[in-house]
Parts: sequence; structure tokens; C-alpha cells
Amino acid sequence: MVSGDTEAGARAAPVVMLEGASKSFGALKAMDHVDLHVSPGESLGLVGHNGAGKSTLVNLITGLFAPSAGRVSYPGASDHRMAGIRAISQEGTLCPNLTVLENLQVVQRDLNGWGWRRVAARRIRTALDAVFPGHRIRPDMLVADMSLAESQMVEIAIGFAEGPIPARLVVLDEPTSSLDAQVSAQLLAHIRRFCAAGGAAIFISHMLGEVFAVADRIVVMRDGRIIADRPTSGFSRQGLVDAMGHVADDRNQPGPTAQARNLGDTVLRTPEGIEARRGEIVGLAGLAGHGQAEALARFYLSQGSDWRSTARPSAVFVAGDRRRDGVMPVWSIRRNLTLAALETLTRHGLIDRAAETAIGTDWQKRIGIRTPDMGNPILSLSGGNQQKVLFARALATSAPVVVMDDPMRGVDIGTKTEVYDMIRHEAAQGRTFLWYSTEMDEILNCDRVFVFRDGAISAELEGPRITEENILAASFEFGDAA
Amino acid sequence: MTLHRAPWFWAWVAAFAAFLATWSMSAGGGGGAALAVAALTFGSFSVLTGLGQMLVITMGPGNTDLSIPATMTLAGTLSLKLMGGMDGGAVTVLAGLLSALLIGMGVGIANFALIRLLRIPPIIATLSASFLYQSLAIWSNRGLRIKPPPALAEFTTGRDLLGVPNLAWVALAISMGFWVLLNLSGFGRRVSAIGQNARAARLAGVPVARVSAATYVICAMMAALTGFLLACFSGGAALNMGAEFLLMSIAVTVIGGSSIAGGNSNVPGIWAGALFMYLIVSMLNSYGLGAGVRLLSTGVIIIAIVAVASGRKAKP
Repeated sequence: MVSGDTEAGARAAPVVMLEGASKSFGALKAMDHVDLHVSPGESLGLVGHNGAGKSTLVNLITGLFAPSAGRVSYPGASDHRMAGIRAISQEGTLCPNLTVLENLQVVQRDLNGWGWRRVAARRIRTALDAVFPGHRIRPDMLVADMSLAESQMVEIAIGFAEGPIPARLVVLDEPTSSLDAQVSAQLLAHIRRFCAAGGAAIFISHMLGEVFAVADRIVVMRDGRIIADRPTSGFSRQGLVDAMGHVADDRNQPGPTAQARNLGDTVLRTPEGIEARRGEIVGLAGLAGHGQAEALARFYLSQGSDWRSTARPSAVFVAGDRRRDGVMPVWSIRRNLTLAALETLTRHGLIDRAAETAIGTDWQKRIGIRTPDMGNPILSLSGGNQQKVLFARALATSAPVVVMDDPMRGVDIGTKTEVYDMIRHEAAQGRTFLWYSTEMDEILNCDRVFVFRDGAISAELEGPRITEENILAASFEFGDAA
Repeated sequence: MTLHRAPWFWAWVAAFAAFLATWSMSAGGGGGAALAVAALTFGSFSVLTGLGQMLVITMGPGNTDLSIPATMTLAGTLSLKLMGGMDGGAVTVLAGLLSALLIGMGVGIANFALIRLLRIPPIIATLSASFLYQSLAIWSNRGLRIKPPPALAEFTTGRDLLGVPNLAWVALAISMGFWVLLNLSGFGRRVSAIGQNARAARLAGVPVARVSAATYVICAMMAALTGFLLACFSGGAALNMGAEFLLMSIAVTVIGGSSIAGGNSNVPGIWAGALFMYLIVSMLNSYGLGAGVRLLSTGVIIIAIVAVASGRKAKP
């Protein structure tokens, strides 16, 4: 950085500086020694695949997380708030039961006392008019009554609105996901104006066309590190996709499992277009939150009934979000494990305790649940072992289709290897796996892969065509920003 | 598990303490037996309604049946009206019992239909439906007070076995049935699963709608049975006969150590809670306190018990 006279130096000082910043969650290293400066007037594009560390980086910049090592500083300001850093998140964080101007008050704490509504209405109306000319949003509208696009527009406007501390760096995480092309173009134009006037922006999007249109510098992340940081002119679109993947280490052996087995007839078809054959491991890929989990849940719920239970379910579900979708916190490990197979254990309505214990012991051995006693509470286990219990819960049934909702999230590598072996073994026995995963090496082990983008399938890959490059290309959209 | 860790332990300690405190006030040794008989008799009604309520509460936050009093009144009124027109033999008794249970079943189905089809929160659905049931009872009763058949009146007030009230035996038998249902059956396992995490239960293949429906039906049938027995016991149905069992059924569940957060329930605690609730009122009565002080003390004591019980759970 050039340090000229003091005034110019102050103007050129970065809004935020990361120096060797790392962040770990237990054994998982989400971000590893990242150095990054964002200066006023800069528009930064941030790209990377699932788990590359984009969200962690954003959360460090916006002060939500403290770094485990290294430093995050805001020159000239004491913290992120005083530095004028604003974040606009992908999923709506507005309170649906409040009006637009009340939502502004939630983040702008100086709006109180007499007449705050007037001030709030002026601020939000000015921001909306500036970003989205021609919008039809009134400040007294209830968020619950607005469309998804409108509430996203409000969220963006709040990010740019005048406040007690002016916005100097606005972080936009997939801001255009629910906006149409015309409104998106308005936003991109506003970001360019904002940066030209001395503001800074960090723009995250799976639409590479938008990133090229708005960013003057692009940062590529992979495995928690920044692997490329160049002016936009230094990237070609293909080069960008290549940079996101592991193109260098070409360890993608064509799935040995797929070739060794004869796959059976097609056993399932969903309205989205997912198909699977008997004994096939089908992967659902793409960026997180593009409709994979919803497609799985819809499929699973369509297979069962709220009224009947059966000893031979046609599908079982393995939860990824253990706390929300899987674990019964009050129960022992054994009871958690046998829940899905309960119907096979009941005689005249009563549970056969001996059979239940036998299943528990059997699966403890087969999948390696590390506990001295299956009667211990489930919460006494580590996360990885809880996940094994949820796997065993599904595999202990006779269901021909196993639906997996990114179950290996946050699981240690040892457990992963054990579970992969188990999945391959079960698939060889004729079970079909429907596997949503945000981890590339898991997807590369599938027999067939459906890539999701914006809630629909954007590519179907099979055999040798399952490569990281193809998956990345299908996850990101090349279309030009309008 | 050691005894003092059991969720019902403190409730039983409290019940015994209340018993001793009341007994010490009454003159002579005969008072103890009479007090025990009264506690068992009146406690039985609380146990019967409490068992049903416990099953519903086990299904997790928001699940509570507030139609218990109205269901009791409706079942008591209609079954006595039916029996009043018959000869009073075994067939009459059976017809009365069956009609009460059928009314309970109908109420349970209606409650669940409101919750499920109209998506009304259970507390609102059962409370508003209870006005309907109460109105039906008023409309069919029209101020008549029909006496129960003598055989039933004798049975419900009698002590035919070991000097223990018949009602207590009935409640004990049904409690054992509930214990088996909750602890050994697939149904009980599923109720507990729904109470801990309804979404995860559905994703693990639990038929959530069927289990919830069955739970509300069982609860309403227990209320109807209690109404039937209470009407026979007290010589006829009255329109306010169920009033105290609204809070009583919830109180005995909570005092007994069942988790209000769902997923956890226990039958022995219901008995301790029911006996305690009767004895505490007797104790305060025998100290000669006025109604206001009595209610106040009852509330304070319940809060203390629940606080002690939950504090104990938080430690280990």
C-alpha cells in the first residue's frame, strides 16, 4: 500500500483487513490463514464451491465469529459496526410479523423517540428508490404480506440505507437468488454506483455472469484458503471454474463400484426428474440450498403415510441435521437405533425387548458405535457416532431405498470411511441410495449424479462424465447478467 | 437407577409428608385410615383424568386437552339419562358404561379433527370445543337430576376388597394398563418420539397423525369414564362436576414428574400427584384456614415441588 500524505493515506486505508485469519470448528478447519484487504471503492466478487469457506469468511468480516487465529481489523474503527459493515444474507432474516420500517429499526438502534417512524420511512424509501427505481413497496407494509422477491429487495435496501453509521462495506450473499433479471440488473447497477462513490462491496453469487458484471476483483476460495485473488480482467469464465476445483490433482478414478455391479431396473422416479436403478448410488450435487434437500424430503414423505406404519417401508431417511431431523434426545442409543424398524419388533402391540437388544448389539458391531452400553443416552455419543446411529436406524429396516440428506456434514474422516464402506456393501446387496452431499469426494463416488441449480436439475452425469469440472460447471450459471 | 433419582420420588415424599401433617392434626388413630380412604377415593378421579392428560402432554409442547371437564359432564349426564330409562340390571350398567366410552371416543375424534383439519392449536381447539360439549350436556340435562342405578352407586362408594375403595382398584388396574402402554408398547414408544421431535419422528417412519389421533381419543375416553364413575359416585350428574379436573389433570401430571416439554412420562408419579393434591387441601382445611389462604398455599406448594423436581434434574 502506498502511504502518501496523511489525508490520502486515510482515504486509501482498507475498510477491513484479515491477516492470517483462521477459523476452526473442533477438528474442522473452515478457514486457514487468509489474508485479505478490502479498500473503499472496491467491488469484490467471492466465489467457491460448498465448504470452500465463503460463509466463514463473511462471518469473520461481519464480526459474527471471532477468528481462532490471526487478526481481523477495521482500520480507523473499533469494531465491524463502527466500520460501517453491513451484511445482506441469502435467506430472509427479516421479521415477517413486522412492517418494513420496523424491520429497519431492528438494525438501526438510533431510531427511537418521537417521530422515529417518519425518519425510518424516509430512510428506507430513499434507499428503495435509489436501488430499485419503480418498486411498489410501501414502508408500512407487513413483510409477511410481501412476495419473496419484495422482501429480498427490502433486505437489500436496509443494507444500503442511510443510518447512524454510514454503510462503507456491504456484503451480499446470493442477493439475486429470488430476484428476476430486471431487478437483479438494477441491483448490480446500484452496487457499481455505490462503489464508484467510494463504498466497498463483497458479492457472492453462483451466477458467474453477475460476478463478472459487478466485480472489479475476484477472490476464489477452496478448502478454506484463498487460491486466487486477481482483477476480474485476469479471469476467463472457464478459468474461474477450473480454479474452484481440484483440477491439478487428478485423482478421480472412474467409480470402481459402478462397473463391478450390474444395476437393476429403475426403481424410482421423482417429479423433479431424479431416477435411480436398483443397487445404484445416486448423488444430488450443486451448491447448498438449491432445492436438493426439499426434493429429497418431498420424495421421502410421498413414500410413507401419516396414518399407517409398515414393517416394510419403501424408503428410509438418514438425517443430516441431526438435532432437527434425527436424534431423539431423551432416549438411549438403542431406542434411537430401533425407531424406524419398530414395526418389525412389535408382537401384539408390545415391543420384543430381546429382539431389540439383539438388533442394537448387532449394529453396534457392524457400524462400530463406540459406547460401553447401548442403553446409555444418545447424547453421550460424539457427533460422528450419533450419525452412525442414524445410519444404523435406516439400514436396520428392510427398505429398498435409502434417502440421505447430507449426512456426513461435520463428521470426522474415520467415521466417513467406515460409512462409505457400509454404503457400498449395502448397494451391492441391491439397495438404492439417494445421496445429497455438499462434499465433492462423496459425489465423485456415486454411480450417477444429478446437479441442482435454482431448484431444478441442471445436469445429469453418469460414469466417466462425473467429474468435478462438470459438476462445478453445472452448479454455476454462465448466463450474462441482464 | 437409584430410587431417589426416579422422576416420581419427590412427589411421593411430598404426598407422605402431607399425609403425616394432616394425620397429626386429626384426633385419634382412626383418623389415619379414614383419611387414607378419602384420599384414595377422590385421588382415583384425579388419577383417571391425569393418565389421559399425561398421554397428551407427552406429545410435546402445545398438546394439552382442555375439554376434560366438559367431556366428563357430557358423558356423565348422557349415560345416567340412558340408564335412568332402563331396569337397573347388568345390561343397564353395561349400556351406561359403553355409552360413556362411545361419547368419549366421539369427543376425541372431534377434538383431533379440529386440530388436524382446521389447524387450530390444540389448546384453543379443545377449549372451544368444550363449550360445545358443555352446551350439549346442558341441553340434554335440562335441570333433571337422575339417580344412578343402585348397583353402580354401591360399587363406586364401596370398599369390597381389603378395605380399599373399589374406585382405587379400578384406577390401579387402568394405571397398570397405561404403564404397559407407555413403557412396553410400540404405541407408547411412538408417542414419546413425537413428544421429543415430531419432525424427526415423521422422518423415521412414525405415523404421526394416527398416533396423535389415538392419544386424543384415549384422553377423551378416560375423561368420559371418569365422568361416568363420578356421576355414579355422587348420586347423579351435575353440570359443574368436572370443573376442578381441568387444572387437576395437568397438575398431577406435572407434579408427578412428567416432562411438560414432552417425550417423558411416568405413571407412578400420577398417583403421587393425585394423593398429594387431595391431602394438601385436607391439611390446609384441618388447619382451619380460609379459602383464599388455602388456594394461595396450594399454589405456592405446587411451585415449590416442581422447582425442587426440575432443579434435581438439572444437576447430573
